[in-house]
Amino acid sequence: MKVALFATCLTDTFFPETARAVVRLLERLDCSVEFPLDQTCCGQMHFNTGYREHSKPLARKYTDVFGSYDYVVAPSGSCAGMVREVHPTLGESPPRTFELAEFLVDVLGVTDVGAWFPHRVTYHPTCHSLRMLGVGDKPLALLRAVKALDLVELPDATQCCGFGGTFAVKNAETSTAMLADKMRCVLDTGAEVVSAGDNSCLMHIGGGLSRLRTGVRPVHLAEILASTEEDPWLATR
Amino acid sequence: MARNPVTWLGSPTFPKAAREALQDTQLRQNLRKATGTIRGRREAAVAEMTDWEMLRVAGEQIKDDVLARLDTLLVQLEETVTARGGVVHWARDAEEANRIVLDLCRAEQADEVVKVKSMATAEIGLNEALEAGGVRAIETDLAELIVQLGDDRPSHILVPAIHRNRSEIREIFQRRMGIEVSDEPADLAEAARVYLREKFLTTKVAISGANFAVADTGSIVVLESEGNGRMCLTLPDTLITVMGIEKLVPTWQDLEVFLQLLPRSSTAERMNPYTSVWTGVTPGDGPQRFHLVLIDNGRTATLMDSVGRQALRCIRCSACLNVCPVYERTGGKSYGSVYPGPIGAILTPQLVGDMHDPQAASLPYASSLCGACFEVCPVRIDIPSVLTHLRAEVVEAKGRTPESVAMAAAAWIFREASRYEKAQKAGSLARFLARDGKITSLPWPGSRWTSSRDVPAPPAESFRSWWRKNRCQE
Repeated sequence: MKVALFATCLTDTFFPETARAVVRLLERLDCSVEFPLDQTCCGQMHFNTGYREHSKPLARKYTDVFGSYDYVVAPSGSCAGMVREVHPTLGESPPRTFELAEFLVDVLGVTDVGAWFPHRVTYHPTCHSLRMLGVGDKPLALLRAVKALDLVELPDATQCCGFGGTFAVKNAETSTAMLADKMRCVLDTGAEVVSAGDNSCLMHIGGGLSRLRTGVRPVHLAEILASTEEDPWLATR
Repeated sequence: MARNPVTWLGSPTFPKAAREALQDTQLRQNLRKATGTIRGRREAAVAEMTDWEMLRVAGEQIKDDVLARLDTLLVQLEETVTARGGVVHWARDAEEANRIVLDLCRAEQADEVVKVKSMATAEIGLNEALEAGGVRAIETDLAELIVQLGDDRPSHILVPAIHRNRSEIREIFQRRMGIEVSDEPADLAEAARVYLREKFLTTKVAISGANFAVADTGSIVVLESEGNGRMCLTLPDTLITVMGIEKLVPTWQDLEVFLQLLPRSSTAERMNPYTSVWTGVTPGDGPQRFHLVLIDNGRTATLMDSVGRQALRCIRCSACLNVCPVYERTGGKSYGSVYPGPIGAILTPQLVGDMHDPQAASLPYASSLCGACFEVCPVRIDIPSVLTHLRAEVVEAKGRTPESVAMAAAAWIFREASRYEKAQKAGSLARFLARDGKITSLPWPGSRWTSSRDVPAPPAESFRSWWRKNRCQE
């Protein structure tokens, strides 16, 4: 199956290991992965901050770059949500775009992707994957099938971590108060790794955990699923 | 034109007010406990309903139909209310509405009125206007009474004193009622009962809001939990109801949908305890003079906005407040309006109608767009979409700002992959600011992030350069 990877600007720039993990994982599952180099950003930051007009050409660009693909996969619930839910309101007919867990479970029909990850992990379901895309517990089903992984439930999991794009700087104090509660929940689990399907939320949660030197690492779902006994995950952040 | 009292005069912008509220340990504790409890109860009450999603859609459709036919339905309501002996008054704004109500009180020679809990009268600042005119308004809803006796402001639509715990309430009652009372909820309720009972029996004029008005019968409906509203609606000689023009339903049958949606969404009850319905005046039974004051106060302007108008579907249940992670931490007063929380963030600025007002313009940004509000809204108001829609209006009103220049530059970069790649390479140099793989301090505006969060050092190689090197064999 031919799949286009939409890496998202944040992952492409800050977290290349996540995008490489998606490639490794999908190729292991017999997909042929392409990365159209003309891709940039879905326009979510502009749209959500009130710069709708600036987001329009970016939505158009997305359609132009990915329009010829049957499947586009993004390691982000919120960017996939932007494409699927918002691009049509900007006059676009975007190609079929999936968040990674959805693509694995719904399109490829797998929950056991043959991964091995010998760590204690808790999972934060990000707001847009949960409420815009309705990803539900697909990421958890994938994690449960990972060998050697000790999955611990995150208390108040569905509460927002406080990122919210420019909200994190426009309302920094409120965002931090939300983050503090999210971190408390993460720490309560005793997990060494907090995972999610969005590097934006993980950058926020991880940024707080790092500031407090908690030693808990943020790891994108894709990196856990790509990890195998032969080619295990190595901490990069 | 006078300023719209839907926002409180002198309120700081949301981020500023929130910063202060976040420092209040007691407030944080009270809200966490209260919203956490009601959240769980609502979820259980809704889970019992197998047709909940259909009810939500029905609620949405009925309200949309009302908004589409508001002009004719309002005239119909005026006819049916008048035919049953009521008097209908029309008020363009708060000032007009307050004058009408004050004149009606004066005509009754009332210097004291009892009030049923009402958002419409809070929105127009009626109590303050009456007081200025020499009429004392007594709130009879327990939570409203706590707010009133505490010289406080409401912080929640349904439970305006949600920010108070019982020991704080005890202190207010002792101070203002001149009594000794314990902090047991039953004792506090009893103290309020004794205080209010005398008012119910002696006051000649009552003022209420309305949850619904049925256009084809002229019936007005009020839902409440305590029975104090029922006292006000039945004992006095004169009843004045102040109602937003969007509170209509076309027919009696439409109520069926909302009498299921509202209690479960607001108080997590299967059935509302006190549902009072009256139609005009009934000789020998209840108030013998009935006035209905219909207020616009920014609603017609809101109706003109094809995206924003869905805020007028709101039935004031407060479910969105109770699930909102921002509201839970900042409390309601940070929103500077009688309408706090997610619905306040979209309704208040529209009623104010001026995005040049810095306080109103800060409200659409008081959200992380997590979407929990939309998920619980019984009339399916897509609050996140309205928020981003209103943000676009704010951006337009503000014109050229440092932010708009930066956003334009970012958009210009993103429009071309080659420019984006160059920017990426330049930005990657920030890795030399990092220690132990992270950046702990950035200049403004990055400092707004690094005040509490580290930034990962950008990698030397982006994904696209890795791909180019490893996957593009040319």
